[in-house]
Parts: sequence; C-alpha cells; structure tokens
Amino acid sequence: MNRITRWSLSFLACMGMVAASAAELRIGVMTTLSGAQAVPGVDMRDGIELAVKQLSGKVGGQQTQLIVADDQFNPGAAKQIAERLVKKDKVQVLTGIIYSNILLAAAPVALESGGIYLSSNAGPSQYAGEQCDSGFFSVSWQNDAVHEAAGKYANDKGYKRVLLVAPNYPAGRDATTGFRRFFKGEVIDELYPKLGQLDFAVEIARLREQKPDAVYFFLPGGMGINFAKQYRAAGIPEKSILLTSQFSADQDTFAASGDAMLGIYNTGHWSTDTDTAESREFVAAFEKAYGRLPSFYASQGYDAIMMVDAAVRAIGGNVDDPKALRKALSDSKFKSVRGKFSLGTNRFPVQDFFLRVVSRDAKGRLYNKTESLVLSNHSDAYATACKQR
Amino acid sequence: MNRGLIAVIVAGLGLLVLPMVLVSMGQGFYLGLLTRIMIYALAATSLNLILGYGGMVSFGHAAFLGIGGYAVAIAAQHGIGTAWVAWPMALGAVALFATVIGAISLRTQGVHFLMITLALAQMVYYVFVSLRGYGGDDGLSMSRRSSFGWEAWWPTRGDTGFYYLVLALLALALLCAHRLVRSHFGRVLIGVRENEARMSTIGYPVYRYKLAAFVIAAVLCGLAGVLNVELNRFISPSVMHWSQSGMLMVIVIVGGLGRPWAGVVGATVFLGLEEVLSHYTERWQLPLGLLLLALVLARVAGWRLPRDTGKSLQHV
Amino acid sequence: MLWIEQLLNGLQYSLMLFLFAAGLTLVFGIMNLVNLAHGSLYMLGAYSAATVTALSGSYAIGLLGALVFMGLFGALLEIVLIRRLYRQDHLTQVLATFALILIFNESVRIVWGVQPLRYDIPAALSGSVSIVGDLRYSAYRLATIAAGVVVALLLYWMVSRTRVGMWVRAGASNREMVQMMGVNVRRLFTAIFSLGAVLSGLAGAALAPLMSVQVGMGEEVLILAFVVVVVGGVGSIRGAFIAALLVGMVDSMGRAWLPGLLGAVLPAHIASDLGPALASMSVYLLMAVVLMVRPMGLFFPGAPSLLPKWLRRHPPMAANAAPGRASA
Repeated sequence: MNRITRWSLSFLACMGMVAASAAELRIGVMTTLSGAQAVPGVDMRDGIELAVKQLSGKVGGQQTQLIVADDQFNPGAAKQIAERLVKKDKVQVLTGIIYSNILLAAAPVALESGGIYLSSNAGPSQYAGEQCDSGFFSVSWQNDAVHEAAGKYANDKGYKRVLLVAPNYPAGRDATTGFRRFFKGEVIDELYPKLGQLDFAVEIARLREQKPDAVYFFLPGGMGINFAKQYRAAGIPEKSILLTSQFSADQDTFAASGDAMLGIYNTGHWSTDTDTAESREFVAAFEKAYGRLPSFYASQGYDAIMMVDAAVRAIGGNVDDPKALRKALSDSKFKSVRGKFSLGTNRFPVQDFFLRVVSRDAKGRLYNKTESLVLSNHSDAYATACKQR
Repeated sequence: MNRGLIAVIVAGLGLLVLPMVLVSMGQGFYLGLLTRIMIYALAATSLNLILGYGGMVSFGHAAFLGIGGYAVAIAAQHGIGTAWVAWPMALGAVALFATVIGAISLRTQGVHFLMITLALAQMVYYVFVSLRGYGGDDGLSMSRRSSFGWEAWWPTRGDTGFYYLVLALLALALLCAHRLVRSHFGRVLIGVRENEARMSTIGYPVYRYKLAAFVIAAVLCGLAGVLNVELNRFISPSVMHWSQSGMLMVIVIVGGLGRPWAGVVGATVFLGLEEVLSHYTERWQLPLGLLLLALVLARVAGWRLPRDTGKSLQHV
Repeated sequence: MLWIEQLLNGLQYSLMLFLFAAGLTLVFGIMNLVNLAHGSLYMLGAYSAATVTALSGSYAIGLLGALVFMGLFGALLEIVLIRRLYRQDHLTQVLATFALILIFNESVRIVWGVQPLRYDIPAALSGSVSIVGDLRYSAYRLATIAAGVVVALLLYWMVSRTRVGMWVRAGASNREMVQMMGVNVRRLFTAIFSLGAVLSGLAGAALAPLMSVQVGMGEEVLILAFVVVVVGGVGSIRGAFIAALLVGMVDSMGRAWLPGLLGAVLPAHIASDLGPALASMSVYLLMAVVLMVRPMGLFFPGAPSLLPKWLRRHPPMAANAAPGRASA
C-alpha cells in the first residue's frame, strides 16, 4: 500500500488505542488491610467493591479497573504505594485511606500530578481549610464534625466535667478541638495515647483517678475495641458515662467487642437503620454479599464510587480530562445512602449528624439505633479559610 | 584494560542512557525505583566499610540515614531550601552524632558493641518520634526538593536530573571507598579486623582508627539519607528503626560482605527482588528470608571474609 | 490510689518481660546464641493460644495447648536449624535468626491471614477485683502477675536447686567434660531452647488478650528483652529478673507519670508524645550507664556481688568469667 494509506492506518490505529485506553477508568483504592487497625480498611474495600459490582463493573458507564493496595498503616510505605498507583498504574482517582496521618503523606502524590483524591474517610482540617486543593474531595466528613456533634450532645445533657481520650495524631487532635468547640463545660484532662497503642492500663488508671462525669473517647479501629474491653474489665464506676463517636461504635467494633459496647451513646452521620431507599438497598446488598452488616466505613466507600459514577456520567465518560472530572465532582448530584448530602465550598460535605445508642436488633445483633438529630446542615469550621474554588 | 573495568564502563554507560529510554517508553516510574536502588547501594557501601572491612557489627547504622534525612527536612521546614546550606549542615550533624555514638560504643566489643549501637540508635529513633513539631511518628514532608541553583542546566528538581545527581554521587562515593580501602588507613582497618590485639601491640591507636572509620561510614550513610529524603520529599522515624539496620546488613551480606561491590550488588538484588516478587505476591519476604537463610547456612562451614586487598600484613 | 494501680501495671509489664527475656538469657548464656527470632516465638505462642482456644472453646485448654505446641516447636527448630549456629560468630547468628523472622512473619500471614485474631479474656477473669479501698483492678492482669511470679520462682528453683539446673550450668562451662561424664549435652541444649520457647510463648499468650494477636508483635518487645538480658548479665536468671523489674518499671512509670509532669509546662499533646519517648529513652540510657559501669551486666556469672560484704552469703568468685556460663 502507498505511504499515505500506511500513515493514515497507523494514525487511526493509534487513535483507536488512545481512545480505548481513554475509556478505561482506573480507580486506586489504598487502605489499611493489615494489622490491628485494619478492620475499618477491610470494610472500606468491601463497600467499594460492592458498589463497583452493583454498577456491573462500569462506573459512570466506563470500563473500570479497581486497583486495591494495602498502606500497611505506615505513612512512608503509603507514599511509595501512592506513587506506584499514580505514576505506574496511572489511576485517575485515588481513594480509600482511613487514617489522617497516612492521608497527609499520600494524598499530595495524587494532587501534585493534577489528579483527584476523593476522601472516603479521613478529613483532616488542613485539607478543609488553608491547604484546600481543587483536586481534593470528601464524601465522608471533616474530622472535627462528628466530635462537634458529640460535644453539643454532652453540653445539652449538662455534663460538667469531661475527660477526653484521643490518639496522638492529626485526627485525634481534630477530635478534641471539635469536641471543645461545642462543649462549654470543663474538660478536666486530655489523654493522648500513641496511635496504634493497644494496652490502656495507664490511661484507665489516670481516668479512674479523676472521676469525670463523662469520658469521651475517639479511638478508631483496634484501639477502640481494646479500650472498651479493658475499660469494662477495670471496673470503673458507672457514674462515669462513656460517650463516643461512630469511630468506636459501629459494626467494625461490635463484632470484636461484643456486649462491652451495649448501651453506649455515640454520634454519627449514618447507621444501618437510616431510612432512605439507597441505604436499605445498600445494607441488603452488603449483607447478601458478605454475610455481615456494613459499618459506616463501607457506606462511605460505597458513596465514593457512586459519587464518581454520577460525575463520570455527567461528563460523558471523558475520564482522562482531570479538569472536567474535578468540575463534575464538585457539582455532584448523586444520591448518598445517608440522605441529605451536598458539597460545601471547600468540597467537604454539608450534612446532618445524629445521636445513636448501641442496641440489639430483632435478630439479636448489635446496631446503632438512631435517636435524635444533633446537628443539622452542618458544614465545617474551616470552610471559610479555603480560598480556592 | 581488564575485564572488570570494561564491565564497569559498560554498566555505567547503560545507566547514563537508561533514563532517556525509560521516559520515552512512558515508564518514568522505574526511574524512581532505580534512584532508590542507588541510594540504598550508597548506604550499604558505607555499612560494608565498617562491617566488611572493619569487622564492626553495628546494629544502628540506619540511624545515620535518619539523621541526615531529618536534618534536610527540618531545614526545609524552616525555610532553608538551598542544598548548598542544607546538605553540609546535614552531613555535619551526622558527623557529630557519629563521633558521639562511636566514642561511646567503640569502647565495647563484640555483642556488647552490637547492643550498644542498637540501643543508641533506638534512642535517636525515640527522639524523633517525640518531636511533634517535626511530625513525630507521622513523618515530615518537604514541599520541594532542595535546589542547587543550577536548575537551568541540571534540573535536579525533576526526576531525571535527580537520578543523574544520585548516580554521580554514588560513583564518587564508590571511588572514595575503593581508594580508602586500598590506602594505608584501609590496611590498618583490615588488620584491626583480623587481630585487634596484635595491631594494638604493634603500636597502632586502634580506637582512633575504628572511630575514624565509623564516622566516615556514618557520613556516607548520612549522604544516602539526605538523598533519600530529597527523593521522597518525606521522612519518618521508621527509617531509623533497628529492623532497617537489619535490612541494610542483609543487603551487604547478599552483595558479598567485604567485597568492593557489595553495596551495589546487594541493593540491586534486594530491591529488585522486592519489586519483581511483589508483582506476584505480597508475601515476598518469605522467599527473601529463605534465600538469606540458605546463604547463611551455605557459609556456615567457613564464614570467611575475602582477603582481597592482596598485600599481606607482614609488611606492617 | 493511682500510684498503686500504676505500680501494679508496672509489675505486670515487668513480669511478662521477664518471662520473655528469661528464655533469651538462658539461650544466650548457655549456648552463646543471639536469637533474634525469639520474638517470633512470642508471636507464635499468642497465635497458637488463640487458635486452640477458638477450636476447643476453652481458654485453659487453649493456653495449655499453646505451651505444648511451643515446647515441641522449639525442640524441632533447635534440632533442625539452631544447633548448627552454636559455634558460629554472632553476626552469622544474627543474620540467620533475622532470616527466620522474615520467614515466620510471612508464614503466619499466609496461614492465619493479615487481620488480627480474636482472643478474649476468659469469662472467669473478665471482671475486676477490689484491691484497696475503692480501687479495683482487672482480674486478668492480677492473674498474669501471679503467673509471672510463680514461673519466676519455678525457674529459679530449677536452675539453682535441681540436678537439671546443675547440668545446665556445667554444660555451659565445659561441654566436653560434661559429655564425658555421661550427660547428653545435645539433648540438654534442645531442652533449654524448648524451655525458652515455652516461656516466650507463655508471655505472648498471656498478653495477647490485652493487646492484639497480630504479625510482628514480637519484634516490638524483642529490643527491650535484649536490653534486659544485657543489663542483667548474660546467662543470669536472677539478673534477668532484676533487670526486667528495672526496665519494666522505668518504662511503665515513665509512660504513666512523665506526660503528667511534662503537661504542667507543655501542651497536652506534646507532653503525651514526649513523655513516652523520654520513658523509652531512659530505658536505653539506663542500659548505657550500666554497661559503662559493669560492661558485663549486673549479675553476669562470676561477677562480684553487688551487696556489701556483710550481707553476702558466699565469697565473691573470680571476676574473669567469660560469657557462655549460666547461673541463677
């Protein structure tokens, strides 16, 4: 064949290849899958995989490749793995990180190369405020928010002397800051065990000594399970009420801590009894697929995929245009399992927070029974500091 | 020209051309991997100096990786973004720490030396874990690489430019180590390894030689630490954990303890294996452990360090 | 009241550390072996206890099963691999046992998966016990303290008062002579290593319900165990006990009190990081100081006694004993 035909055929072939690869959506899921802090990560991964399956493997109508990796609960390792996902596997969206310290190390890798980080859990104040980035989205909450709800509840209940326990890392400090913002009583002490610490003998002793009205603890994953068990075993008087957030009182902890959690009040944004069609469908599908009830981590992973799905549909499947994708995500119109959901100016959610109590359902399983609304249409305290749009 | 030199030149040329090839193939990711291998080769070469040639089993060598790296990261946090200031500061800090740690540890021998270096390194580790202001356990990020001020013609801030910088520094370090080992200093060091009592009796200030070697090796390792933090723009205390020192030892052993190329060979094999094996399984440490065990058992009959420097010590 | 509770916490920690370090010091002292994989034995003890408990439904059977398993596993490991390392230099031993750590960690991940196992405090011990006044303390923690004391006493009795203990001490000083006198030294060494594995596994199984059964749990404690062994004097059970008390108390009390002390001058979250870090550092500082003053440890076999003359029972021995000897 003559030269022109050969050139045009090669050109067409190249366009074909480019078009074929452009159509593929690659989502990188990096989460904690090993160690004592892995229980939330496993739920997160399961929620995400369920969503992709519900969409028949085509998020936003595009062929989707899900690449799952374990961050090993180590910021340094997470950074390297993020580099691999972003630079080698060339994912368009990175998501899945549970813990804020890991997020702070790894998210910049995606953001610096113009990609997108969609947070399905951690929401450090840095990214909500001064260091907000047009590529950083959250489908979960800002770290302080859930604790602000708890602080408001504690305030409304009239607790005078409260002791706070949170791990010593960014989200832990966000937690105590958030609680204090809405709690006007006296915080008699703040204990900051090391992130990942599992033996709380020291903290429990100090706590017992000070006889608080209430103990508010934020201890995610394995930390919370151990704390609850050791607290109960230590025989602290009932006068000190235990109060927590969904991070230590949801399906991921119920399985391991058993009845140690029964009757504990906690604040959160979603529960298995949330009354929306999307939620009921999600819970039923999750139970069918995995044989257990989903935690809120799973619900956030599910929501993350649904959010990407709505955005990709909105731009007609053009996933290789990061700018278009970012714009579509911020104008997001997807239906979250939690019901009311919208994104604020800093791309963090504006939503309701509820008070729940750990109860038993008809089948004898533990779950969070939603009691009342604590904060309505709540954005976060850092939105005004975010100058980027 | 002997075969060895030809091989080195060919390898060197290959490494020079490799970035262009990788980038054109769209595999820029592997540039980062190669840079990491070279950095670990540098660290392992420095350990080989005291472990292989000097016979000092230090379990705290990774501390110098950390000190060098943190010095640069902390300087960056305080606004010192130029490498001409940050790097010498880092190396100076490493030299200082190494002198102190060495002065204390080298008064002991054998397993006690091992324990003390380990303990002192752990102390350094805990210091950095406690420094909340510099990230503590979560690590410290650098927003940009330090600049040499010659970005126009050697863009070290970019991946390719940095790769060449590391290559150049590694080559320089290998040359220095090579010359050092063949010098009088190197001979004495080997002599001390072989029979410390004899060297001392002859009249050599053994302690001083060991300390000098210790500090030199530490500074080289500190340089590796500096390059490491510049590569990743991130450092955390876990880089100084004793298990990292153990890994460095493994790298040197795999590369051939006491041989001049131990660091390079070891790092290539170790990190290369890690990369290849992790494609197939996340459980790559199992074959690595088995390989190491096999290596050790094979040598159990005669754990001999090569007397490769040629001249015998009867001249001493 | 607070100090009593913190004291009990420190005691619990120290005793478990002693159990873990005792095996290490025996192996180190008698067979002159640096065993980095000792932490893996700790981990395997926890895993086997959790597994047998889950299979049998009984905590007691689980614990017993774990001890039996660790004894057999330790013996097997010694016969297959460890005995080849006795005559090697320490670097070789370090490398071989480091390789074992990698192998064991990955094997456990393969067999049991990467998530932690469920292992609960037995129902009988899950409550609290009234100590003094209105202070209550976890029954389980008290039980571990009691177990630690009992095992320590048993060990001491075994090494210093029984025939086996005498063989152990003799076999280390002069292997050939003891063999000629009819003692099977090989079998003895296997038994010692096996005992070390059982003690280590016991420590792991005892602490597991409080912490979490996960891969790598042994490496965290391993360094402290080495510090205990070196401070106490290689080969000395008594030394390991005293050193474990020292190290454990410094670490525990440091973590308990330093954040509070520092909190008076520094913000809470800085004090909370600095406190435990300082506590950990002080442990290593302690070791460095001890090694400066007594390079062979506090109670190394053959050391002149630390007590003043008028309190001593036996005359001091010659101070030139080499490592490779064990004593009570």
